Amino acid sequence: MRDFLENLDRRWVFLAMGLSIAIPMLLGLQFPEEPSDMARSVFEAVEELPEGSNVLMAYDYDPASKGELEPMAAAFTRHCAERKHKLYFITLWPAAVPMLRQNIAILESEYGDHYKYGENYVNLGFRPGNEGVIKVVVSDLGELYTNDVDGVSVTEIPMTRNIKNIQQMDLIVNVSAGTPGAKEWVQYAATPFGIKMVAGVTGVGAPPLYPYIPKQLTGLLGAIKSAAEYEQTLLDAYPTLAENPKSQEALRRMGPQLIAHVYIVILIVLGNFIFFTGRKRGVAS
Amino acid sequence: MNSNQKISVILVVLAGGFLAFRAATAEFGKVYSKTETVTFSEEVKQEVGDRVTPWTTEKVVERSEARDESGALAPGVHVNMSRTIGLWVAAVGTLCMMSFLVGDNVLYKIVEAVVVGASAAYAMVVGFWTGIIQNLFGKLAPALVRNSVLPGTPGDQVSEYIYIVPLVLSVLMLWRLAPAGGWIARWPLAFFIGATAGIRLIAYLEADFVQQIATTIVPFLVAAKDGSFDLASSVKNVTIVISVLTCLVYFFFSVEHRGAVGVTARVGIWVLMITFGAGFGMTVMGRIALISDRLSFLFYDWLWLPKPGIDA
Repeated sequence: MRDFLENLDRRWVFLAMGLSIAIPMLLGLQFPEEPSDMARSVFEAVEELPEGSNVLMAYDYDPASKGELEPMAAAFTRHCAERKHKLYFITLWPAAVPMLRQNIAILESEYGDHYKYGENYVNLGFRPGNEGVIKVVVSDLGELYTNDVDGVSVTEIPMTRNIKNIQQMDLIVNVSAGTPGAKEWVQYAATPFGIKMVAGVTGVGAPPLYPYIPKQLTGLLGAIKSAAEYEQTLLDAYPTLAENPKSQEALRRMGPQLIAHVYIVILIVLGNFIFFTGRKRGVAS
Repeated sequence: MNSNQKISVILVVLAGGFLAFRAATAEFGKVYSKTETVTFSEEVKQEVGDRVTPWTTEKVVERSEARDESGALAPGVHVNMSRTIGLWVAAVGTLCMMSFLVGDNVLYKIVEAVVVGASAAYAMVVGFWTGIIQNLFGKLAPALVRNSVLPGTPGDQVSEYIYIVPLVLSVLMLWRLAPAGGWIARWPLAFFIGATAGIRLIAYLEADFVQQIATTIVPFLVAAKDGSFDLASSVKNVTIVISVLTCLVYFFFSVEHRGAVGVTARVGIWVLMITFGAGFGMTVMGRIALISDRLSFLFYDWLWLPKPGIDA
């Protein structure tokens, strides 16, 4: 048994991993989600704002991390739309512009009856300069953003006409796949100016951000599990969303996720079994 | 034929067979769209008159809405060739990338090069229009930019000559491409490094040093809202403080790690190991989510397999 495991071709391991995700996905395996306190605190941060509040939607992720962050970003967008907040989309990543457009497509297709461009949401797009952009827009938005993503002057857009800087935002919602991202928004906007902020990040990016909670960061969603919890919280609060299958993307992913995690745990146990039995027999590893 | 080649041949034959079967039995791998004419508001019509010709745009139609009850394409709906080709390129590109799991191969290398090249070109074009055109020339010569490439530039914007400074620094930076005098590029580089270091230092001091110390000053005994003892929060606070202190002791190398200091440092390394383990777990979760997304794209967006709970 030990020799078989030790000499197993790694491609069998990859195949088993693929199947452990594909089969539950094709079968539609799904498990109930119990929202954690963290997911609830993120939800409350958006929920407790008065209707029509200014929310900065800083989405800093690209197609490489879309699989992990898109359900989270869509859930934030839907929640803000349910609360009828005014949304200012912005990004520090050049490849994130299509991601902003995908979230705006949600507003157009699902909330088009009460969400109008320029009155309820605006896409300010990308500006180069990484954290330098944050440093500028916290004091003067017009210095860098004279136009929206399509080249329309911000002075001609009703909801940006009176925005001097992002200190006028009631909340920053950041979805981040790395640098610049949540850490920079905390360092250059949330902490020095006391702007309330919640973030959703990749699994890799979550651990270094936990120390910012709760003073500098009201709440943090880490990876797809937190996205599923957030979706569940949204469904509990807004039951009509249950009719929209697109609003449950992260929940659908948790079935394959669970089976794959079990498979990884089995691999770790087997790996340790091979290591320790080999050491006992004096096999050099 | 080595084992990698044998596996590759088997996979290609299986995939080709499945695609042929799928093509013979069902529809898949298409994107439908509808042509829509962009309409102007009365305000815009009055302002521009006949100067702007109305144009059309393609709106993607969900495949569940593309056909009517009789199975024929709904009025105005057609296959969007450019998006369909894009869908196939994305699907084949995904499979080529995944082929690396069998072993390094030429298809993987081609797609990898395409990704790197396309990302770099995309970032360059977006950076040019937002950084160079809007942020630099839009400030230096707003009237020129408004009349030539960006009509949305505010009409009341005046030239800000301070932006000559970044223009000059940019030119100096590009000087390293010149056959002689490449050392000039070091001046703007020195400026950027100095300025960035200064800006980051202040941010780190405030957000990651002072605020983090403040966050660690927490009560060991926490009272709940009703006045009772909150055990969970108390344990959490004690754990935070002990973890911070023991980790700091582990990184304190001026004293030999023996006796009490050694025991404390040992606790510190355990805290670090638990942190790394949690980080590893989160990373695994993230990676599985990425595979899950790609498989979801292949199964549902490309192959149009029935989505449980939605299509079936």
